[in-house]
Amino acid sequence: MTATLKAIGIGKRFGALAVLEGIDFDLSSSAAIGIVGPNGAGKSTLMAVLSGALVPSAGRIEMDGRDITELGAAERSGLGVMRTHQIPKPFLGLTVLENVLVGATHAGAAQGEAAYALALGALDTAGMRRLANRPAESLGLLDRKRLELARALATRPKILLLDEIGGGLTDAEAEELVQMIKGLRAEGIGIVWIEHIVHLLMQVVERLICVDAGRIIADGSPAAVMAHPDVVRAYMGGV
Amino acid sequence: MIGQIIQAVLLGGYYALTAAGLTFMLQVMRVINLAHGSLSIAFAYAVYTLAFRYHINPFLGLLMVLPVAAAVGWALQRLLLERAARGGELLPILSTFGLAIVLDNVMFQIFGANAKGLAQFLGDLSFAAYELPGKLYVGKLPVWILAAAVCVLGGLHLMLTRTGLGRRIRATAMDPVTAGLVGVDARQSAAIAAAIAMMMVAMSGVALGFRTVFDAYAGGPQLLFAFEATIIGGARSLWGVFVGAMVLAFAQTGAAMLHPQAFLLGGHVMFLVVLFARLALGQGSLGTRLRQVVRGA
Repeated sequence: MTATLKAIGIGKRFGALAVLEGIDFDLSSSAAIGIVGPNGAGKSTLMAVLSGALVPSAGRIEMDGRDITELGAAERSGLGVMRTHQIPKPFLGLTVLENVLVGATHAGAAQGEAAYALALGALDTAGMRRLANRPAESLGLLDRKRLELARALATRPKILLLDEIGGGLTDAEAEELVQMIKGLRAEGIGIVWIEHIVHLLMQVVERLICVDAGRIIADGSPAAVMAHPDVVRAYMGGV
Repeated sequence: MIGQIIQAVLLGGYYALTAAGLTFMLQVMRVINLAHGSLSIAFAYAVYTLAFRYHINPFLGLLMVLPVAAAVGWALQRLLLERAARGGELLPILSTFGLAIVLDNVMFQIFGANAKGLAQFLGDLSFAAYELPGKLYVGKLPVWILAAAVCVLGGLHLMLTRTGLGRRIRATAMDPVTAGLVGVDARQSAAIAAAIAMMMVAMSGVALGFRTVFDAYAGGPQLLFAFEATIIGGARSLWGVFVGAMVLAFAQTGAAMLHPQAFLLGGHVMFLVVLFARLALGQGSLGTRLRQVVRGA
């Protein structure tokens, strides 16, 4: 079954500062959307609002027609909306497998043998099985990113929100990551990917949204969006 | 000499049981529960009342008090600590300080100034002893308290490392926000941990009542011993607590051998030596080092 995440007129203000205004888009679990925009455009705030870390000041978020605007991150993850962090946040005192198991047994709602199977499957997908018994604090950056992804996968997400997961990786590592994310798409997981490294995005997503100063300034096929005059202006300054 | 060593080990068992609840709350909720000692005395009074009024054996009384203790822990976290935490890191600690003062004085009002003990309800057991080779006699109760401490700390360790509930509590302790993200109800995890901690507090209160007598203001020293054992042990792991409790007991017993009145002083000196050694040898700024000493992280 395809799941649909819908954002309708999302706005977020911090006091007098409007960080997001009138953000509309919808995503089915068979699609992948990339979100780009200059620094300070509101991308990370959008991610926080979608995942439930922040409550929007205006607008609505729906999952399969159900209003989830007021739901916290724990309940959203149970419904299949899951995010990863730009800076990975593993539970440092737990082993890799334990980290993933926490996701599998809570948001993933699996128990006993099924939870282990789910966790090991997620580790396989992320290429982390060989490190399953390592303490998370001993991992390097790439492996922490993989763990972040594996823990998210173990929650059985329908929509996966990726926050700058490609940052800080070498070209070869980034290529590996792209293949992994393509694999997730093929499994029917919807992807919202915020990324500065546009050429990575272009390999995976079929739709690109450009955000600047809290508003969507372009939305469409990746090539069309990158060529859009407003996008060029946002990145290059006044033309 | 061997007798002194055995006494120190048994005393360390009691301290380990006392410190377990304090460390657990510190690790999971990041709260130094200053009402730790007063709560343990309150549970000891509860068992005393059951025994004195209704002639219920203290062991059975403890079994009856444990669920109440769990409920108290749950309520403490949900109604007091969780709300206080919204006002910043310091407020929960101040709240437990206030709670300790209220508890101490309410207990004084109810039970008066006379010291009470639980040993009188145990019959022969209160002075029964095991005979070791070489004409050494070891009190049965202290041995059982040591065994209880090993079982409680060991059981808790197994629960934390081997079960889903344990993983969940550890994940919440490390990062409540991220735990929430992967579907863990962090508020509930903290309340469960508080309930477990409070059951350990009840056990330590009863253990105190078995070993000696207590009055309404006996909570302060218990808190101090528990805190010293926690800090000496490194505040990181439950086995660290066990080691810390033993070091404290050996320091006190050793000092008492030098001079009968140096018992408490020996423990305090050991605590300060370990504290300043950690501060001196730690990495980073003084604040970072202090955090490492108190939180182990």
